[in-house]
Amino acid sequence: MHERPNTEVPLHLDALDAALINRLQRDLPLCSRPFAQLAEDLGSSEAQLLARLQRLLAQGTLTRFGPMFQIERGGGRFVLAAMAVPQSRFEAVAALVNAMPEVAHNYQREHALNMWFVLATESEDEIAAVCSHIEAATGLTVLAFPKEREYHVGLYLEAKPQSAEAPHD
Amino acid sequence: MTEATRSMLSPLERQLIAATQHGLPLLERPFEAVGAVVGLSEAEVITQLAQMRERGLIRRIAAVPNHYRLGYVANGMTVWDVDDAQVDALGERLAAHPGVSHCYRRPRHLPAWPYNLFAMLHGHSRAEVEQQAQALRALLGAACRGSEILYSTAILKKTGLRIKE
Repeated sequence: MHERPNTEVPLHLDALDAALINRLQRDLPLCSRPFAQLAEDLGSSEAQLLARLQRLLAQGTLTRFGPMFQIERGGGRFVLAAMAVPQSRFEAVAALVNAMPEVAHNYQREHALNMWFVLATESEDEIAAVCSHIEAATGLTVLAFPKEREYHVGLYLEAKPQSAEAPHD
Repeated sequence: MTEATRSMLSPLERQLIAATQHGLPLLERPFEAVGAVVGLSEAEVITQLAQMRERGLIRRIAAVPNHYRLGYVANGMTVWDVDDAQVDALGERLAAHPGVSHCYRRPRHLPAWPYNLFAMLHGHSRAEVEQQAQALRALLGAACRGSEILYSTAILKKTGLRIKE
């Protein structure tokens, strides 16, 4: 059983949703009542922001809200890995890979290497163990692409409000 | 990686990661709620998280959007085969391009995979991503010997770090 977030449908976002998404992609203030502080900036209330945030997470517009860890600073590793998975086995292999807690992200991509996933572990040794496990279970080769150098990390996707009158496609 | 950055997690850091890796509680006082789990006061949690942010163990406390739901339906991993002598200088230049969300140097796997520089692009259409890729190509110039764009066609899993609890 694996979770597959709906990737197709952009949902209706009003001006407050969009402003909240944009603000929350930046750092949350480390204070006692951070949502009260944001509410002041966004002209909303703490209760309203919390309700909106809950909804955006429940509907999958946001996939996560919390600390973003750079586990390398604590001895861990994030490693990108890829496999060429035969189409007939794609679902089954995806289920196996996704079931592993060390797999943080997994994307299907248009390429001979059609499955790209990110392993996140608390120590370097676990990376090789996870790759070996996937190779043993599938008989497929896992290519590991550890970061040799990071030039930039800072995903920010601007959310734009859609007017309520916009036609549905 | 230097010895200083290789230091292991302290027991408290590990506990705070385990308590927040699934997400911050959606409550008026989220850090008080985290403190109730790990046995710290709200003020102690805030101080500890600030220290973890200071040392880079936490990049930031933020929301991660589903690209597609915000209308970014074209998400391309652009990969480039760039002269090793120039890759670091050029990686910095690609990273400075406003459309690039992540940019890394990674190992080649020859002969199948000649690419050593990876940059993620996000657009409302593939045409938009291809236009951005053209701009990156121009920045790389003659140092670039080949490239591809690998578009994502499905998010199979999107969670995050999960240390054992």
